[in-house]
Amino acid sequence: MVATTKKLKRIVIEPVTRVEGHGKVTILLDENHQVHQARLHIVEFRGFERFIQGRPYWEMPVAVQRLCGICPVSHHLCAAKAVDRIVGADALTPTAEKMRRLMHYGQMFQSHSLHFFHLASPDLLFGFDADPAVRNVLGVAGKYPELAKQGILMRKYGQEVIKATAGKKIHGTGAIPGGMNKNLSVAERDELLKDLDQMHEWAVGALKIAKDYTMEHLELAKEFGSFESNHLSIVRDDGAMDLYNGGLRAIDKDGKIIFDHVDNQKYLDYIIEGVKSWSYMKFPFIKTLGLDDGWYHVGPLARVNTCSFIDTPQAEAARREYKKLTGGKPNHFTLAYHWSRMIETLHSIEKIAELLHDPDLQGTDLVVKGDRRDEGVGIIEAPRGTLFHHYRVNKDDLVTMCNLIVSTTSNNEPMNRAVRKVAQDHLSGRPEITEGMMNHVEVAIRAYDPCLSCATHAMGQMPLKVTLVDAGGNVVDEKVKE
Amino acid sequence: MKRLDGSALIIGYGNPGRLDDGLGPALADAIDRANLPNVTVEGCYQLAIEHAELASRHDVVVFADACVEADGNEPFSFRPLQPKMDASFSTHSVEPAVILGLAHNLFGTQTAGYVLAISGYAFDDFGEGLSANARENLDAATRFLQSLLLPDATCEV
Repeated sequence: MVATTKKLKRIVIEPVTRVEGHGKVTILLDENHQVHQARLHIVEFRGFERFIQGRPYWEMPVAVQRLCGICPVSHHLCAAKAVDRIVGADALTPTAEKMRRLMHYGQMFQSHSLHFFHLASPDLLFGFDADPAVRNVLGVAGKYPELAKQGILMRKYGQEVIKATAGKKIHGTGAIPGGMNKNLSVAERDELLKDLDQMHEWAVGALKIAKDYTMEHLELAKEFGSFESNHLSIVRDDGAMDLYNGGLRAIDKDGKIIFDHVDNQKYLDYIIEGVKSWSYMKFPFIKTLGLDDGWYHVGPLARVNTCSFIDTPQAEAARREYKKLTGGKPNHFTLAYHWSRMIETLHSIEKIAELLHDPDLQGTDLVVKGDRRDEGVGIIEAPRGTLFHHYRVNKDDLVTMCNLIVSTTSNNEPMNRAVRKVAQDHLSGRPEITEGMMNHVEVAIRAYDPCLSCATHAMGQMPLKVTLVDAGGNVVDEKVKE
Repeated sequence: MKRLDGSALIIGYGNPGRLDDGLGPALADAIDRANLPNVTVEGCYQLAIEHAELASRHDVVVFADACVEADGNEPFSFRPLQPKMDASFSTHSVEPAVILGLAHNLFGTQTAGYVLAISGYAFDDFGEGLSANARENLDAATRFLQSLLLPDATCEV
């Protein structure tokens, strides 16, 4: 939609398509068609942190999955990790931990596959400016039916891994305080082994598509919505990529360590959530660097940047090739999210293979407990990035405080910067704004694979306000979403 | 109405945590308990694209969901579904017609599709359990669907 006022022209892209949840972008252009302001707005909110107060802590791993149907496994496992702390389960049994990891890699595999093949690939295969009637998943299905099928079948395989470990594909109950309520039967294992080789082959193929796209469009990839930043993720004690458990590591734009191996329970000493009046989403930042300089990327791009190595052979070989592109320094290309996401997809299927051949998964020692605490933090790498769950409970076992920092919230500032940069590079100075030009903005957002549904915080604190100002700073229009 | 021939997939979807929105999964549970031959049952919160592959392996797919008004035909409506290829979807929501369209176009089958829409009345609150009227509608819809799935059965709609 394009609306014109006296001095500024306002462009609204609503809804942003092929992302999870609902968001919109507003761009203000001045009389010379220069971008005056560009912002990503999140237009729904959940209020979940308030809703969960007063519930028993042991309900959390199941209850938090109601946050969203997109990545319930990540919330399930992250809440379980926080509740593990509360029940004093500081180390799970090998069977329980490996079952949780298998569930998590299943989630990562299906989520990344779905995003790449069905949400992102139309832009990559047909071009950002292609006819929107073709530039969609149906266009992919028509011209590249095998890829479209692969996306569905890879998603299905990941869902089957989740079902075998969590009990259900959506909103499972497998992870419980201190462990798991099931192991993997031999029959379940054998069923998953049947399609493993095929999934691996397709993951290798998807990685090649993502890598080739980046290399063939290198000049575009270097500039498109890209900017230098800090990066954050958890890593294993030895610095390896670990999507399930580890200490927090943050690096700066050059790869220099800002902090490393931070105990999850102390995250508040390092991360602060800032607020801005125009967005429901908070803006997390690294405490020592402040709001203006401390924002950071999370997700596949950040994880491949922060880790010292990947502990599966083919994904590690892919990481090394990826790092060569930037001379070993962090990769700041927004479009490289796709390549890094496919490295993680390959890593996930390699880990699934490793775990399916591990007899510990048929073990029967599933739960441990220790000394009860009244507070617990869980941190996990969800498909979209680092996810934080923090609970405090009272003597009656009821939750008195809940704080969630979801991945998309951490990427809030980077996504806004990407929107701004793409708008300035591709819309500024153009007398006519086309659908293809506006799709460029969406392509940048889509690269992050944001899930906008659960990325907003407590109810009633920040009404959504859209203000239209002229070049002199005068408000010429204002809309408020109650 | 004639029996639904061949292998059948029943997908009952909705959120049991939102009262009558759980009608779809409740129907799936009821059909599952009946243990009918040649019938696969799937209960879920929402439709997802992999349901297209599952549908493609059956002759008939029935999408059972709660609705505010069953097309004016309380306690439920049952209608054939035309496949649709719609580009706008996310993992939040996929329409039954798109699932059917993907089954036809990507997996090359001619699976027949139907929608069973069951009237519900309480959607605006959190909580598990169906309202009394929705429960009655569920029982009627279950009896109806069972009659279509049983061998050599006929049913008046």
